[in-house]
Amino acid sequence: MSDLTLDAPARGFTLGQYLTCLRGIMWREALRFVHQRERFVSALVRPLVWLFIFAAGFRQILGVSIIPPYETYVLYEVYVTPGLIAMIQLFNGMQSSLSMVYDREMGNMRMLLVSPFPRWFLLVSKLLASTTVSILQVAAFMIVAWLWGVDLPPWSFLTALPALVLCGLMLGALGMLLSSLIKQLENFAGVMNFVIFPMFFASSALYPLWLVQQSSPVVYFICRLNPFTYAVELIRFSLYGKLDFLSLAVVASAATVFTIAAILAYDPARGLLVRRGGGAP
Amino acid sequence: MNIMSAETHVTVFPPALAVDGVSHAYGRRRVLDKVSLTVPQGQFTAVLGLNGAGKTTLLSLITRLFDTQSGSISVLGHRIDREPGEALRRLGVVFQARTLDLDLSVMDNLLFHAALHGIGGREARRRSTAALADVGMAERAKDKARDLSGGQMRRVEIARSLLHGPSLLVLDEPTVGLDIASKQAIVTHVRSLVRDRGVGVLWTTHMLDEIEPSDQILVLHLGKSLARGVVSDVVAASGKDSLRAAFASLTESAAPRDES
Repeated sequence: MSDLTLDAPARGFTLGQYLTCLRGIMWREALRFVHQRERFVSALVRPLVWLFIFAAGFRQILGVSIIPPYETYVLYEVYVTPGLIAMIQLFNGMQSSLSMVYDREMGNMRMLLVSPFPRWFLLVSKLLASTTVSILQVAAFMIVAWLWGVDLPPWSFLTALPALVLCGLMLGALGMLLSSLIKQLENFAGVMNFVIFPMFFASSALYPLWLVQQSSPVVYFICRLNPFTYAVELIRFSLYGKLDFLSLAVVASAATVFTIAAILAYDPARGLLVRRGGGAP
Repeated sequence: MNIMSAETHVTVFPPALAVDGVSHAYGRRRVLDKVSLTVPQGQFTAVLGLNGAGKTTLLSLITRLFDTQSGSISVLGHRIDREPGEALRRLGVVFQARTLDLDLSVMDNLLFHAALHGIGGREARRRSTAALADVGMAERAKDKARDLSGGQMRRVEIARSLLHGPSLLVLDEPTVGLDIASKQAIVTHVRSLVRDRGVGVLWTTHMLDEIEPSDQILVLHLGKSLARGVVSDVVAASGKDSLRAAFASLTESAAPRDES
């Protein structure tokens, strides 16, 4: 029999051990991503369908005037690209949420939660892992979009990287919070209907807000309240090496609020899982 | 803790697990009522109870999936509510539900668990290889977890739970759904951990044949502790001639949950 037991561990953890744990969580997420090729393909196909078909159809219908950050008239494909990038991150955040509900039903989640590392650290590590996966998806999409002829600055991915990290965290944290509210996998369809679609359509992803304002002041008001609008705008500006401070403030604040709420939701004492009663996560 | 005197120098080890007066309710439904329990190091302790006795809730509290509402739980002297990290790193757990990631290989499942305990690199691989060899699963290291049988999954889960060298191993009805051979192999292996490594084991079950006369036992029924102690003492105190008869007598005399 091997010598695995009774090591009498020292108190606390070293920085190296924290990094080992973070690396392990990111590595598992990457492995799952690699193993689930259909997840990658669908994550890529979804925005490409919008780019190839929707954008082609709307190019002649929707007029995009010169609005910041653009300094000239742009084609609709160029306008819609930041929205589709944000859409990738939105779907990835919800996919992570789905995956957490699945993990909870299958029991895998318990192994994460009984790790001796602080729970906030485990959840933030999971968020970082999910964000990294979403950025890889965005990179693949931007390459295809570039090949399709969408005119973006050559350094746009690099200038957008900090914005992608922040938006990925915000949407991942929202997904994590939702996962604590969803009791069963079957209820996930509700997330599609009540979260993903309203967030995506009531934003500046597909059409400029001034156009929305002309059509309906109420919808415009809703769009202005939607944090996803600011994620889209933060990415849009960052692709051109510019910073929209309002969007940065809203996205950073929402990311912080959603992350804290998700950590509280998974707290063993105060968490939503406990309040609902019933089985363990 | 050291107790010194002029003639003797005795080292007193804290128990692997101490549960003291723990109660728990889901909303207004009380599922545990002032349950106390001690698992000494190097001892096999069984929690015996029917379905709905509160065994899984007790384990959820010990593993801090839920916080204790009243009472206290300590692992090797570390309170789970005050020092969760210190308590959890000394605890290995096998849940009743399967918890392997089916999309990952057996080895990757173990390496992930090692990382969750801050063990990485070559050390993680060395420990994982050794742990799999201990449960006779070294040959299946590269196979996907979903390709294993129920008994093999359980053995891998036990190997995984020992990777970080815990002093306490908690298993929630680990033999449910297994065939006789797999069940026997798991019981034998866990008992060898107690004997050879000095691991304290808490084993919940509703199957009487998994319990030996020298084991410590807690009889749990509808959230209440009905009897506690060495099995032979519990049987003797009940005035019956077997654990089966003693258990039947104890549970029948306890109040039913529903009057209707």
